[in-house]
Amino acid sequence: MTEGTVPDLAIDEADLAIDGAWDDQAVERQPIALVDLLDRVLAGGVVLAGEVTLALADVDMVTISVRALVTSVSALAGQEQDRAP
Amino acid sequence: MSDQDVPAQPSPGPDAIWVYAVARGGTLAEREAGVSRPDDGSGTNEPLAGIAGRPVRLVTATDLTAVVSPVDLAEFGEEPLRRNMEHLPWLEAVARMHHDVVSAVAKMTAVVPMRLATVYRTDLGLARMLGQRRSDFLAVLGNIAGRSEWGVKAYVEAGGDLATPPADRGSGVAVTPGSGAAYLSKRRAELTAAEGARKAAVASAKRVHAELAGQAVAAALHRPQDPRLSGTGSRMIMNATYLVDDRDRVSFAARVRRAALMNPSMRLELTGPWPPYSFVAPEPGAQTIGAGASR
Repeated sequence: MTEGTVPDLAIDEADLAIDGAWDDQAVERQPIALVDLLDRVLAGGVVLAGEVTLALADVDMVTISVRALVTSVSALAGQEQDRAP
Repeated sequence: MSDQDVPAQPSPGPDAIWVYAVARGGTLAEREAGVSRPDDGSGTNEPLAGIAGRPVRLVTATDLTAVVSPVDLAEFGEEPLRRNMEHLPWLEAVARMHHDVVSAVAKMTAVVPMRLATVYRTDLGLARMLGQRRSDFLAVLGNIAGRSEWGVKAYVEAGGDLATPPADRGSGVAVTPGSGAAYLSKRRAELTAAEGARKAAVASAKRVHAELAGQAVAAALHRPQDPRLSGTGSRMIMNATYLVDDRDRVSFAARVRRAALMNPSMRLELTGPWPPYSFVAPEPGAQTIGAGASR
């Protein structure tokens, strides 16, 4: 899609500019969500056969971590409910 | 996996080497006198600390340099690693420290990030592996130099949630007890509408992905994240990531912004810049948009 084919939108752009959600500098300053980080460090990166971690390369570590994460989030949610009056 | 949920309690043992990233030899070597955080103008070039606060150093083999730090085998050996990876606070701490080092060196030069938990016993073993994979590393380094990864996630807002009956949503519409047929009919119509909205959003997400991929050097799709993790009741339909020339970052962010404006049926989120984690593996992810969204 080229610049010319997209019509300008009559939308109040201030609505979107407030939180800097689309400014590359502002985005860079956002804290990193753990789940976004795990997507990358567990599923991305080069897999080198480490001397120690050779066998870990065979494990679907994303599955492990997401299970751990979901379990943990559920546990936290349960605690919140327990505390609710 | 073992059901034991006890993090390994290390009594200090022999060290192994945790590998963060690999760069071209020389690009980091001139900073070898203490690998430092990029100069932020404060004049204090503090040395870079790795996992457990231990000092980051370089291992050079042929024309490649690996960024490493020592780790305790009692905690990072194969068996303790398997247990510890299941322990979320441990995993989070290690993932964040790994990322801190990778992104710090990625600000200095092009680096290939390693997958979490790449551990060697000796410098020699690591150097041997670098030698064996030399041409792969050089090819990837050539592809990522001057580029960064940006993530774009698309969500369908509440209302596209098929799992929640209307009464649970606090929609304000009272369901008269006894009007079972009316309820079912209304519920069916809602499900049809929600499924229609989801399909429309998936189609929009595919168009957005195609357009953004056209602005990027490469694109990849991660598995959509579990709806329980967003905590908002919205459903992720796209978890995409793009390799973008650093000189195009402003215009890429503007493209994402415009896609958000033009597609009000979904919510877009931009993250980055990331070191190129998703663009260094030989085979890119084979996810498709919409797959897994109905899990």
